[in-house]
Amino acid sequence: MADRSTLLWLQAGSCGGCTMAVLECGARGWSAELNAVGIDLIWHPSVSLATGAEVIERLERIESGAEPLDILCLEGAVLCGPNGTGRFNRFAGTDRTMLDWVRALAPRAGTVVAVGSCAAFGGIPAGDPDPTDARGLQHTARGPGGVLGTDFRARSGMPVINVSGCAPHPGWIMETLEAVAAGLIGPGDLDALGRPRFFADHLAHHGCSRNEFYEFKASAERPSDRGCMMENLGCKATQAVGDCNQRSWNGGGTCTDGGYACVACTAPGFENIRGFLATPKIAGIPVGLPLDMPKAWFVALAALSKSATPKRVRDNARADRPVVPPGRGPGTR
Amino acid sequence: MTRTIVGPFNRVEGDLEVRLETGDGVVREARVTTPLYRGFEQILVGRAPADALVIAPRICGICSVSQSMAAVAALRALSGTVAAPNGVLAANIAHAAENIADHLTHFVVFFMPDFARPDYAGAAWHPAAAERFAAETGAASAEILPVRARLLHVMGLIAGKWPHSLAFQPGGTTRALDLGARMRLAGIWRDFRAAFERIVLGVPVEDFLAIETAGALAAYAEAGRADLPHFLRIAAATGCDRLGRGPGPLMSFGAYHGEDGALFAGGLTEPSDGWRPLDPDRIAEDLSHAWMQDGPALHPARGETRPDVDRPEGYSFAKAPRLDGRPVEVGAVARQAVDGQPLIRALLERDGATTVTTRILARMVETARLVLAVEGWVRALDLREAFCAPEAVRYGDGAGEGLVEAARGALGHWIAVRGERIQRYQIVAPTTWNFSPRDAAGRPGPLEQALVGTPVGDQPGRAVAVQHVVRSFDPCMVCTAH
Repeated sequence: MADRSTLLWLQAGSCGGCTMAVLECGARGWSAELNAVGIDLIWHPSVSLATGAEVIERLERIESGAEPLDILCLEGAVLCGPNGTGRFNRFAGTDRTMLDWVRALAPRAGTVVAVGSCAAFGGIPAGDPDPTDARGLQHTARGPGGVLGTDFRARSGMPVINVSGCAPHPGWIMETLEAVAAGLIGPGDLDALGRPRFFADHLAHHGCSRNEFYEFKASAERPSDRGCMMENLGCKATQAVGDCNQRSWNGGGTCTDGGYACVACTAPGFENIRGFLATPKIAGIPVGLPLDMPKAWFVALAALSKSATPKRVRDNARADRPVVPPGRGPGTR
Repeated sequence: MTRTIVGPFNRVEGDLEVRLETGDGVVREARVTTPLYRGFEQILVGRAPADALVIAPRICGICSVSQSMAAVAALRALSGTVAAPNGVLAANIAHAAENIADHLTHFVVFFMPDFARPDYAGAAWHPAAAERFAAETGAASAEILPVRARLLHVMGLIAGKWPHSLAFQPGGTTRALDLGARMRLAGIWRDFRAAFERIVLGVPVEDFLAIETAGALAAYAEAGRADLPHFLRIAAATGCDRLGRGPGPLMSFGAYHGEDGALFAGGLTEPSDGWRPLDPDRIAEDLSHAWMQDGPALHPARGETRPDVDRPEGYSFAKAPRLDGRPVEVGAVARQAVDGQPLIRALLERDGATTVTTRILARMVETARLVLAVEGWVRALDLREAFCAPEAVRYGDGAGEGLVEAARGALGHWIAVRGERIQRYQIVAPTTWNFSPRDAAGRPGPLEQALVGTPVGDQPGRAVAVQHVVRSFDPCMVCTAH
């Protein structure tokens, strides 16, 4: 790759978890990985040597246009409170708020990447009562807008790329940065919420190890049961985007395989789910049904599949390990 | 007297600013500012108690398992739930993996790069340190980051993913490990032990833990070629063993609680004095210098969080927690001192205070001890038994306290529930203790004390000694004010 890209990574109202995730990338460490894909890291708060005045001088050069910037990553929500001042998050060592810095630097960037659901949509800090008026760069928990506004385009013409997730998969972050540096990502590669389609065109449900239980509506009732967690335990995997269960995390895990519900952390507003681990129902039917499935069909199919559930599937759904192995005989009805 | 603002202070977790008053080439006074407030304690109010298991860990992406464990402990106390023993073991293993990942990341990625600074060019040890520990390009981080990623495969097995897992529940953990998973777990741990011994210790864990005196440590530092002896030699050459003195007291809530009590005992100790029991009811958070509305210093079970950025005396979003009215130091050095680890005790008694060196060393001592502990926990898993208690967890009106240890020290969550909703949720994080602002009596927090006397030359803003002292605490600012 002839041309190299510069990357500046800033943290606003963040927990640092997106950085912790991306540090898992690369067989020789993240720094070597960035270098290998043609990205020069100007500064990152967790890994760079430069500190204090050196950093501020560098940011001021970017702000003034004296130094070009290819990629700006923001991790964490932009806090606009109190009263629009942004003073809940001052950038240390400066008298300026992160809100102010973000608005100054984003128009200078070739591409702006929101890393994590906080920077994308506001995330957990935007949870009711939203004490800090937390927003994403180009979206809020309630809709488009954010601190940069609906019409914002970076120098490349791209809207903000939203690598949502709490935390996002390390691969989502790194593959997005790599595609940006390679000039291979365009507006058509993003979904309506600015999320890269390579992970957002899938549902977290796809590839779930509990899919057989889902098919038969053989449901888990308690934490650590192996059955489908949609009916009772609040699982949103049929409604949340992400290839979580196809690529897996930390060497092979996923939320649902780990035994707990998908909380739809890639979606705006997930932070305001009430009762994350229980499924709200009306007349015994879950309120949140699979995204694109008509309710009547779901109810009809669920009734049919429940009536056809093999004993193996039914019994295993309510146990923390397989109690009936596959095979003829004990597994049949 | 010269006034200097140091910030952004990077290679710490989150946003940190330090104001220094200097004179005659040393720090005279320090004020520590946490300039970020997100409002978790407000966001938790009004939700169902179990929703704390989703919200509270997201205070921190570095120690999310620790935050989960504190929330779990508080909910367990509130509900009277008894966890399945396997779940306690599995949670301890995951918690240990997170804490070790933190200790290693801090040592290699956050702390050591300062020794590669041009400030030290000319020192005989500098070329080797620069090659090994330079930020981003150093050989050590290229070795340690893949080790960290492999270690975090523990999370894939036990916790589903990391950070921010929901596997940690009052009844235990949500994934029952089978024989294959147990073997994979043992394999990850075997790999970790081998890498830690080769890269960091240079000797087997058992041999390292047999070092119990300052003399034996000096001999180890002289002979060893791995990163820890390398650090100890640089530390001796640069005076890190006299820098950043923390006079105590040192506090630990006790770590890795199991059926036989805690692996590392809780309590209180002074660097030159013995163990005392700890009464957590004597904790109070002072608001006098925080950007919070005025109010009395209260125990967290009664505390309030109402920010006020215009507070005239305020200079940080951190409150000032005090124990019996005193600031206390927390962290691995406190944990190991309180537990009576012989080498750490010997060094503290010699120095009469914690120092930059003992804080760094204690993390590696603790990691070595955890290698052995986790091996035992993996053996102790009984795969025929449940990992999560079958009884439904019920949260009535009442209160719960969850006191655990995160990598950086004592972490407490206090919950009060009324009408099936969280009425109050208060959190005191390790760095809230260490990096607290002054209190109403004008007493500085532990870092503010430890910085006094630090040599800064004629450029306080660029003084590398200040960087060493601050980073020796491994601060997590996102936890501090949350």
